[in-house]
Amino acid sequence: MGKIVAVTGNEACAQALKQINPDVCAAYPITPATDLMQRFSGFVNDGKVDTELVLVESEHSAMSACIGAAAAGGRVATATSSQGLALMWEMLYIAAGSRLPIIMPLVNRALSAPLNIHGDHSDGMGARDTGWIQIYSENAQEAYDNLIQSFRIAEHLDIRTPAMVCMDGFIVSHSIERVEYIDDADVKNFVGKFQAVHPLLDLDNPKSYGPLILTDLYHEYKRAQHEVMTKVPKVALEVAADFEKMTGRKYGLFETYRLEDAEIAIVVMSSAAGTTKDIIDEYRDKGIKAGLLKPRLFRPFPYLEIADALKHVKAIAVLDRADSFGGYGPLFMEISGAVMSMDTKPAMINKIFGLGGRDYLPDQAEQVLDELVKIAKTGKVENVKEYIGVRE
Amino acid sequence: MSKKFWETLPQGSVVLEAGSSAKFKTGAWRSMRPKWTEENCIQCMFCWIYCPDMAVKVTAEGKRENFDYDYCKGCGICALECPGKKGKKAIVMEEEGK
Ligand code: SF4
Ligand code: SF4
Repeated sequence: MGKIVAVTGNEACAQALKQINPDVCAAYPITPATDLMQRFSGFVNDGKVDTELVLVESEHSAMSACIGAAAAGGRVATATSSQGLALMWEMLYIAAGSRLPIIMPLVNRALSAPLNIHGDHSDGMGARDTGWIQIYSENAQEAYDNLIQSFRIAEHLDIRTPAMVCMDGFIVSHSIERVEYIDDADVKNFVGKFQAVHPLLDLDNPKSYGPLILTDLYHEYKRAQHEVMTKVPKVALEVAADFEKMTGRKYGLFETYRLEDAEIAIVVMSSAAGTTKDIIDEYRDKGIKAGLLKPRLFRPFPYLEIADALKHVKAIAVLDRADSFGGYGPLFMEISGAVMSMDTKPAMINKIFGLGGRDYLPDQAEQVLDELVKIAKTGKVENVKEYIGVRE
Repeated sequence: MSKKFWETLPQGSVVLEAGSSAKFKTGAWRSMRPKWTEENCIQCMFCWIYCPDMAVKVTAEGKRENFDYDYCKGCGICALECPGKKGKKAIVMEEEGK
């Protein structure tokens, strides 16, 4: 049995990294992820871990060093946010294309301009197509649990793909919550020994990473990369089953809340799901059949499984904490993709909320649910995409 | 079940065979060809240093030999840098196929 503590999301993730004890971490500070790696560097300094901590001059260098260390054959982790992730952009593709299972907590934060340090999903959504696995967490406990599970998923011999474990900047990274820590020995045992695949430091078998692959084979490599992603959900569920055996905490590809008999539903990721669940309870008390679906695995996106979970719902609101200017919100586009496979399609609306850390308040959830009640009755959608919580 | 071609590719495009780049005959790109005239050569090795590939062959005794046309891309740097003897270049560029 582990220990129950009161910690922030960053503290919980630093603790997970300490328990996992990666071979190499290369990181550069950026708000709100700074505190995570700062705490971890304290563990390095105090000899609590054997990790080689590489202090670099930028996030581009941080990811480059992680790629080098992972290709050399090490278990590697880093952490970042926002502009830091943006600066890593080209290296993210190289990590994924080279199939290096680097683990990165991403403390979600808005992107400039205007400059803002608070939480939204613009950074993670921008890295959607990099080939990284993306897991989103609602609170500090989920961030801690997901981070531990992500090592097993990413390092699985059928997967070998890097993973981002996301949590909302400040709302989760800097808020103190009740978190149940797992015993060091159990974490160690759960994550297991790192198995290097094609390590550069195996000097008896020299090899090259990053060759030039032109028109003759590039297309095939990308086809293979997609195939690997299709195998992730099965592995993620196996890992989650083992994790449940150890902790009693259950994880799926997504979470549903009072969705089984729901007529209207909100789809939302991360911390906003907590607030939404409270309001759904209130509407249930009023006799309104409302439910929630919270995606956990965003890449790969479990289209068919989500379609199945939503198939009986009449009206759906997808809440995006990121925008695609001139397009629908990124999560809405995914849910639309899932809905494609349904025989009877639900009415769907898209709400952009909480950009740059704007609070998502109960009355916003109420406003959305009221609109869904109306749409479920009439079947009519007036505006597909709207902003909520915006000052007018 | 037999594997599709793309399923047989090495993971992460890692090249597992050391030194395999020697198999890639980059000289095939060449449109201009350096021609070496031994009697004008003062064995200064400028061409060997300046060649961006390794297309100037040198013997174990350090004596300049002819070009390795399998890898020479015909960039002409060697011809430009070659001092030659008494104003006569030891390397001149010629159109390929002439
Ligand atoms: S032409 Fe260019 S590639 Fe060919 S030998 Fe001269 S310097 Fe080297
Ligand atoms: S640069 Fe000219 S002179 Fe010097 S070694 Fe080469 S061919 Fe001979």
